[in-house]
Amino acid sequence: MEAMDVRPGAAAGAEVPRLSTADVAKVAAQARLRLTEEELEKLSGQLSDILRMAAELKAIDTEGVEPTAHGIPVYNVMRDDVVVPSMSQADVLSGAPEKQDGYFKVPRILEEA
Amino acid sequence: MSVETKVEYEVVIGLEIHAELNTESKVFCGCGTTFGADPNSLVCPVCLGLPGSLPVLNRKAVEYAIKAGLALNCEIARYSKFDRKQYFYPDLPKAYQISQYDLPLCRKGWVEFEINGEVRRVGINRVHLEEEAGKSVHSGERLLGSEYSLIDYNRGGIPLIEIVTEPDLRSPEEARVFLEQLRQLLLFTGVSDVKMEEGSLRCDANISLRPKGSTKFGAKTEVKNLNSFRSVQRALEYEAQRQREVLESGGTLYQETRHWDENRGVTVAMRSKEEAHDYRYFPEPDLVPLVVDEAWIERLRAELPELPRAKQARFVEQYGLPRYDAEVLTTSPQLADFFEACVAEYGQAKPVSNWIMGEFLRLLKAEGKAIQQVQLSPKGLADLLHLIDQGVINANVGKEVFEEMFHTGKEAGAIVKERGLEQISDTAALAAIVDQVIAANQDAAETVRSGEMKAIGFLVGQVMKQTGGKANPKLVQQLLRERLLGD
Repeated sequence: MEAMDVRPGAAAGAEVPRLSTADVAKVAAQARLRLTEEELEKLSGQLSDILRMAAELKAIDTEGVEPTAHGIPVYNVMRDDVVVPSMSQADVLSGAPEKQDGYFKVPRILEEA
Repeated sequence: MSVETKVEYEVVIGLEIHAELNTESKVFCGCGTTFGADPNSLVCPVCLGLPGSLPVLNRKAVEYAIKAGLALNCEIARYSKFDRKQYFYPDLPKAYQISQYDLPLCRKGWVEFEINGEVRRVGINRVHLEEEAGKSVHSGERLLGSEYSLIDYNRGGIPLIEIVTEPDLRSPEEARVFLEQLRQLLLFTGVSDVKMEEGSLRCDANISLRPKGSTKFGAKTEVKNLNSFRSVQRALEYEAQRQREVLESGGTLYQETRHWDENRGVTVAMRSKEEAHDYRYFPEPDLVPLVVDEAWIERLRAELPELPRAKQARFVEQYGLPRYDAEVLTTSPQLADFFEACVAEYGQAKPVSNWIMGEFLRLLKAEGKAIQQVQLSPKGLADLLHLIDQGVINANVGKEVFEEMFHTGKEAGAIVKERGLEQISDTAALAAIVDQVIAANQDAAETVRSGEMKAIGFLVGQVMKQTGGKANPKLVQQLLRERLLGD
């Protein structure tokens, strides 16, 4: 399957292709979501609507408008490099389904290709 | 008859280097950054990604990242921002890493390094600020095949810079040498302690082959798990050879990530490399953009110390040292400072350099110590050299004294007095011993008389032995020559 760029604004121009259920399945897999056929169908319509809306925004003339990376006009919120107490190890691990010797225990990670 | 023309390939390498920054606290929360603390004892709701927690940027981490960028001749972005890089991995509790995507803090730099007497320049694509992931400890011998993993989140959230070079390196050896010199550069800036063995400096390498003369890049492999300078070179040598064999047998290479297996000496294919947009970067809504003004940059630039290559050039120029000495003396800022402080006390550079490169480094290495852990002062070494110059002790005894100074920090003069190590320069006393030695070694004495000068060394040695190494060797030579050759 060809990878499709689903970021807002990526679908420039008036023609916005409708997302296929395969596209939605790929996005869902990346977010570790398990969806039924029915949900894939429903979401492909909804996500296509969102893309269409993004395309409409893209059509607006933004000539002379500074690009922005953030919604609020605030910048440089910083703290000094000072250590403050951390949580206790017992508290940290209190919600862990499995633990061992102060560590979180998780299933195996990598497999040889 | 068919002529087989063998295609010559060029190796193309670029590195991605991660260095942990030397801050006291983490990049987005106040947890400490001490290495080796109990697992999961330096974590809080922010670095664990608990709901409702909010990150706040550590100013020092920003300053260190900018300093690294300046040392790498980068342009510092007046405006940059943070983004979420999303992937699922157990060492990443939030399921995203806060990093910088399209507006990194530093870009378009370069750094020079020297290999086999030649200066080469490597482009720096970018330096950005991000957070460390936690650390996985695997149950089996190796990552592959372990049944489960244990996760310690203490490391998660330590500030990290990622330095991405341009694909300007042309051999595995070059990659290693470059990395060594980049490490030294970062060490001098003081922004990171760059310990590969503790993982505070890590390196991934992108490597591809292309026919010599071609300007198009071949399909690249990203090699991970390079835990030492040696493994960088070994893994890349293996990988270049593997790619060459695939191409020569008519095969096709695909972009992939491979894991270096140090024990087996091979690279192993991992999951297929995710394409960039699979990380689904988007601006981190919990952090506001970063604006860096000229005054801030200039203040940080002024704080940068003299960097290794400049210092080496100055040592050659100012002290008349050989290039080799200058390189050895600048392996760490502390060593370079010690050298200069000692020269300031003593007056001459080369003898100081010799003692540092010889005895001092030998003892540091033998005891696995850093210069900061040793009590010896620059003035102490200068005093010792003065005692040798004044003939109070000879150079060999000087080494003995030096070793004690190294261990105890005592003054040279005091050690010499305590242990009665003063050189014997009393002509009458030495003459008596010289006469005894000649009498006891008639054969050797006769050989010297016949003009065979090599034998005189043996006789000098005998006198030194009699005096416990304390005789003035020049005076002994002179006395022997007077007696045997009538000089």
